[in-house]
Amino acid sequence: MAEEKIETGTLSRQDFKLDTTVKWCAGCGAHAVLSTIMGALPETGVKKENVVFVSGIGCSSRFPYYINAYGFHSLHGRASAIASGVKTANPNLSVWVMTGDGDSMAIGGNHFIHIIRRNINVNIILFNNKIYGLTKGQYSPTTPKGSITKTSPDGTIENPFQPGELTMGAQGTFFARVVDSDPKMMKDVILKAAAHKGTSVVEVLLNCVIFANDVHKSITGRDVRDDHQIYLKHGEPMIFGKERNKGIRYNCNKMEVVTIGENGITEEDLIVHDATDPDDSTHYNLVRMGLPEFPVAMGVVRSAESTVFESLMHDQVQEAQKKTKLKTVDDLLRSGNTFRIDDEETVS
Amino acid sequence: MGKNPKIVQREDVVVKFAGDSGDGMQLTGSQFSDTSAFVGNDLSTFPDYPSEIRAPQGTVAGVSGFQVHIGHKEVTTPGDQADVLVAMNPAALKANMKWIKPGATVIIDIDNFDNKHYKKAGYEEDPLHDDSLDGYNVVKAPITNLTRDTAKQFGLDQKTADKTRNQFVAGMLYWLFNRDIKLGEDFLKDKFRTKENLVKANMAVLHAGYNYAETIEALSTTFLVDPVKNKKGLFRNMTGNLATAWGLLAAAEKAGLKLFLGSYPITPATEILQEIAKRKHLGAVAFQAEDEIAGICSAIGASFSGRLAVTTTSGPGLALKSEAIGLAVITELPLVIVNVQRGGPSTGLPTKTEQSDLMQALYGRNGESPAIVIAASTPANCFDFAYTAAKLSVEHMTPVILLTDSYLANGSELWNIPSTKDLPDITPPLVADNDEKYQPYLRDQEKMNRFWAIPGQEGLRHRVGGLEKEDVTGTVSHDPMNHQVMVINRQKKVEKVADYIPDQEIIGEKTGDLLVIGWGGTYGGLVSAVTDLQKAGMSISLVQFNYIHPLPKNTEQVFAGFNKRIVCEINMGQFAYHLRSKFQQFEFLQHNKVQGLPFFIAELKEKFIEILEGNHQ
Repeated sequence: MAEEKIETGTLSRQDFKLDTTVKWCAGCGAHAVLSTIMGALPETGVKKENVVFVSGIGCSSRFPYYINAYGFHSLHGRASAIASGVKTANPNLSVWVMTGDGDSMAIGGNHFIHIIRRNINVNIILFNNKIYGLTKGQYSPTTPKGSITKTSPDGTIENPFQPGELTMGAQGTFFARVVDSDPKMMKDVILKAAAHKGTSVVEVLLNCVIFANDVHKSITGRDVRDDHQIYLKHGEPMIFGKERNKGIRYNCNKMEVVTIGENGITEEDLIVHDATDPDDSTHYNLVRMGLPEFPVAMGVVRSAESTVFESLMHDQVQEAQKKTKLKTVDDLLRSGNTFRIDDEETVS
Repeated sequence: MGKNPKIVQREDVVVKFAGDSGDGMQLTGSQFSDTSAFVGNDLSTFPDYPSEIRAPQGTVAGVSGFQVHIGHKEVTTPGDQADVLVAMNPAALKANMKWIKPGATVIIDIDNFDNKHYKKAGYEEDPLHDDSLDGYNVVKAPITNLTRDTAKQFGLDQKTADKTRNQFVAGMLYWLFNRDIKLGEDFLKDKFRTKENLVKANMAVLHAGYNYAETIEALSTTFLVDPVKNKKGLFRNMTGNLATAWGLLAAAEKAGLKLFLGSYPITPATEILQEIAKRKHLGAVAFQAEDEIAGICSAIGASFSGRLAVTTTSGPGLALKSEAIGLAVITELPLVIVNVQRGGPSTGLPTKTEQSDLMQALYGRNGESPAIVIAASTPANCFDFAYTAAKLSVEHMTPVILLTDSYLANGSELWNIPSTKDLPDITPPLVADNDEKYQPYLRDQEKMNRFWAIPGQEGLRHRVGGLEKEDVTGTVSHDPMNHQVMVINRQKKVEKVADYIPDQEIIGEKTGDLLVIGWGGTYGGLVSAVTDLQKAGMSISLVQFNYIHPLPKNTEQVFAGFNKRIVCEINMGQFAYHLRSKFQQFEFLQHNKVQGLPFFIAELKEKFIEILEGNHQ
């Protein structure tokens, strides 16, 4: 059972607009995500009545209140668990989990890895601002080590999670990374996430203007972004840089950054991105790349095929219904060991 | 080589099977129960097993038991004490000596009664040669050796052969109870199906046991328990957990909804999850979640998606689910939470029974968070109350907590199979597509429920969530007066359920000296004790509550009819406390027991007589 589709172009962003005040701070990256998703939804070919947004708790999780769709603002960390029920109950729905780094990497870590492991066909949009915003500035599981926050006055002493690593570790079939300052890239990636069959995780590097302003500046800054990001495209060699002359290759099974034209390096030497590779070793290496040695990987890192939980569940239900002799509850109640006690026998 | 045994007709007999947890005593117990049901006996069963899967062999801690009470008369409990005890080893004998009647028949596997086993069981002296078994009819049967001899011809290794010892026991019991051995054969054919050699070996051992019993002198008396009086129709032997699962399936079918169970394995509730997992053919989905929280959250998601949503658990799991129950309360989505209670706190006594989660069910959530709480009172009526839980939840758009317990869940009784056409209708308050009047928190004027608009429906897009919502419109609201309105609305909605549940029934006279008050799974013991005393001419009545919150509307009137009231519970007095808070004009005495065991009829009678006699002074 798959999502039913309608002609694209029959809906516009107006169909998802809600007459309400959006209460995120001015300058928060979440505004960009809202706008991009409103723009992307009409292009997914999904009926507007079939779109469901489920969220947990945190700034990110106010999202369902700001878009005209079915929405469920749930409990801290539990959006993935609730979405698992929504989607399994009705595979026809297009289900989106709107979550943050505190919501999904800390309190909801268990549900995050298990929805991915099951490969339930939902889209998880992970607003990663590397801070607890709604509770006003405590460190999160993705806060860079050493950061000074309200609960780490001497700097954090914890190693941060990489959402991509967790996704791969849970056998994720789709992982992408975008920045809040590039709406074109975000829309392109979100449409790919929506089209993917299975759990899609899109990490949005998102700026919190109040509590972690410029936390991603070394990646997203106008002056550095071309050299510090690589936008991965399936089937294309891994090239980046302002001059488009840098690339990534394997050297003795280790990735390294090289310059095209130096030491005899040509495009031919570079890794051609294969997002669909069932083997996730390269994808794993890609999500771990970080400054200063490497650019940060953007775009769809992994988009591999696997079985989808609710489809298999639905197939098993159909198969069971086809095969059974017990069509109704009455049949069930009368199956197996039953005993008729008659009046005559009880007369002594 | 036959003999002509004396046949004794009995109104009822209690049989206890006891052995190591790997000895197959649960299986033999079930086999004997099914056979008894087949010949028309009323019955009640109770398995009693350790929480370890295979506790150290031969130790008292490792003893697994199964008690069956069969009757020509109606039976309501598995019985206080056994007429027949099967003890596969000294530990099984030691553990059960205090649970057998004077003069009981005690069948032991003499092959296991040696010094090594005595030591493991903690016997200091040989119980067969001191006076501890004086007055009992002890049958020293070489069960192990005779089983091995019989099983040899089928090429079974010793370990596998020993696993068929329970069939030797079964064979002996078929003879002892004048049962047709073909019933035992049919059970084995069904049990082992395709494993032909195992069927043959087990059948041969079954016959060996039967023939042995017929031959020996020690068994000179056999029992005959006639079919039960006043029962007719189609019956089956039903455990509480199975009844719960089937009640939920019946409710889903009747409501025209598909069943979704989000659950996590936990003793003693797991069988419900296992049963629903087998029922895909009825369109049911069992989602085995990663934890208790995901169990309930997936169910809440499924409820939002328009399924009949259920989560099943036991006490520790209910604790983990409490935040999510609050979410179902505030989103006003239907959800059934089945809590099969066990001994607590914490991990407590996982395989033993207790009624100690009542307070947790009633009050264990943050905020003003009312939920309907109901309780089943017999293994078979778990079907009715699971059905009722679903009906109330769907029709009133609110979570319902159904309390059962380990005693009901694993115990069984004869169940008169109903027809689903006779079950009450279930009408979900659905909304038509594009209903322009729809608003998320617009309420039904009678029941106060909101309406159920489901994702996928046209023209009904809306948002729910854990933040307080504005009355009617459902937009997020922090307005102080609105919060008070919504808190009161949710409370009134639950209180109004009292208009839709039956009055509290009284067993016995409506007025008198003593009213015994119970709730949930203690029914069997209480009703037996109270009716016995009524027959003896005492002024005593019983009310067994199934509806805990809200209480039936006539509750106050019922209490007013008696001079004294005693609340009997398998906890330290949680229902008594609840009743005192509701009815401050009455005094409530208490009888409480927290031993992981159900009430025994004798102890209850003793307590009630003490109070009644005090009354006469």
